[in-house]
Amino acid sequence: MLDQSKSAPNTMPNRAGVGYKAQHLNDILKDTSAISWLEIHAENYMGDGGRPIAQLKHLAEIYPISCHGVGLSIGAEGPLDADHLARLKHLVDWLNPALFSEHLAWSTHDTHFLNDLLPVPYTQGVVDRVVDHINQVQVTVGRQMLLENPSTYVAFAESDMSEIEFLSAVAKRTGCGLLLDVNNVFVSATNQHYSPQGYIDAYPLEHVGEIHLGGHEEDADDHGETLLIDSHSRAVVDPVWALYEYTLARSGPRPTLIEWDNDIPSWDVLASEAAQADALLVNAVSKVA
Amino acid sequence: MAKSVKKVAIASAVAAAVTSIAGGAHAANVKCYGVALAGENGCAAGPGTSCAGTSTVDYQGNAWKLVAEGSCTTMELPAADDGMARKGSLEPLERDIPS
Amino acid sequence: MSYPLLVSQPKFSEAVLNPELPTPSGLIDPNGRPAGKRFDVYRNNVVTSLIDAMQTAFPVVHKLVGTDFFNAMAGFYVRKFPPQNPMLMFYGTGFPAFLTTFEPVAHLAYLPDVARLELARRQSYHAADAQGFDPQTLVDLPEDALLQSRFDLVPAAQIIPSDHPIQSIWHHNMIDNAHPVKSRGEIVLIFRPEFDVDATLISHSIAHFLEHLQRGETLESAYDAAQQIDNEFDLSNAITLMLSTSIINKITT
Repeated sequence: MLDQSKSAPNTMPNRAGVGYKAQHLNDILKDTSAISWLEIHAENYMGDGGRPIAQLKHLAEIYPISCHGVGLSIGAEGPLDADHLARLKHLVDWLNPALFSEHLAWSTHDTHFLNDLLPVPYTQGVVDRVVDHINQVQVTVGRQMLLENPSTYVAFAESDMSEIEFLSAVAKRTGCGLLLDVNNVFVSATNQHYSPQGYIDAYPLEHVGEIHLGGHEEDADDHGETLLIDSHSRAVVDPVWALYEYTLARSGPRPTLIEWDNDIPSWDVLASEAAQADALLVNAVSKVA
Repeated sequence: MAKSVKKVAIASAVAAAVTSIAGGAHAANVKCYGVALAGENGCAAGPGTSCAGTSTVDYQGNAWKLVAEGSCTTMELPAADDGMARKGSLEPLERDIPS
Repeated sequence: MSYPLLVSQPKFSEAVLNPELPTPSGLIDPNGRPAGKRFDVYRNNVVTSLIDAMQTAFPVVHKLVGTDFFNAMAGFYVRKFPPQNPMLMFYGTGFPAFLTTFEPVAHLAYLPDVARLELARRQSYHAADAQGFDPQTLVDLPEDALLQSRFDLVPAAQIIPSDHPIQSIWHHNMIDNAHPVKSRGEIVLIFRPEFDVDATLISHSIAHFLEHLQRGETLESAYDAAQQIDNEFDLSNAITLMLSTSIINKITT
């Protein structure tokens, strides 16, 4: 179990943030009231120096930062990459982010990094493996980690528990928190034919330290059934906003991120998505009060 | 060159260089974290990470029938010593690429 | 410790990288049917994202051969040489060598060195920051100490020699209204005064001088080496270049 006493002093407000893109830097510095915090992908700040790290150091003096890893491969069958874990620890040590998260997925096999969040089957054996890996991460980095639910396109015949049973078991055994990606819930629920509201009803919301919202694209499978793809390439759609409101009504306000990683829009468009989330967060606070 | 002559030559060359750059570019250096400076290309940082999927389909075929037809076909290069002009060939290569 | 799985990750990753392999059985849709096209989403995510990464990493090679050709070539490369770690900003270190063996570009003899230049620029961009060198240090040294001093060059400094006009080609493809390519072989010095990578052409003797310094030799020894290949070697010019490009990290005596 994690020693919670070593958690960072930085705290994340229950407000809206955005994924940081360098092309928005000037806007972000010009008006610090548009958004409340920034999320960065850890792997982009693992170089030795130069502008990316200088920018991040500067931004971290102004905004709370969420450090979101995309390459640790926590669901891997093999051991975690010790070198990569050491780089992550180094980054978290100097950045001291308000939040630190990774994915329930794998991306590295052998020494090959496949640059995608690949799915794991939901079985007791995989729970044990993921628990071992998260324990190792939390002990090494010295911080609580948030674990994000994936967007899935296939299911595994061998799975014998639900995604929620899986996540709940992992959170309980490791003391990790959860990053609830509401768009991923909508994408997976559509692709796997279950109710997204039912998923939220069953989800252990007490562990949620952060929420993600993003856009997806629509495709179809071999049988003509809708297949949603988590592309982060467009605005959040109305059903996902509705699911977000449904979630906030049950969880209370949580730091919420707008993710937009492909076909990146102008700052105004991104900031207005964040403003929409922020309005719902403020509303959720008043309901709790 | 005699050792002492060389010593003086090196020292005076270094001193001249230091004098020539004094008050120049060095003094004008300003910390700038910003992007899109004049002349800077947006690709400088190289590729970043992704945690998103894509609906772009990759159609990979093994048969290679493509022709390089970018700027290599229009860019004039001076003839090399062998006299061959170095422009892109417009002849397609039709073969399987061994994997 | 091992955990048995029906669809092992070796099997999954092999099928992701090879579209001719069948979808691993054990991957299904919600009705229990084989996953089929649903699995192709992962195939596309992996390969398309890596091809995009290659486009970003090698914009000049991309421009030289055109998008269709580049994507097909990069698709071939990424399947054969996937990244070795999650830091995509350093991906593609093997691409210049790959280009020397890839037959469809054999007629573009300059292409591997252009890729080498692009890779070096990117590595320079992410290299450790310079320590900040005060030129006055050089003047303050006694002559004997100066001759025996060793120059530590900044990590962002790189020398790329080529039999081809790679810097001119780079410039021609990256800068609007650039001049046509006229020279033949070029030696490029890449440097980064603060955060912006820049490059300049250097002479054979200056390259030789810098390479000897980079190896940890003394100023005197590097000077001798440069004199040997060019007795007109101008040390003052060389030091001026080093100071104006900020490639000296520190000197040790």
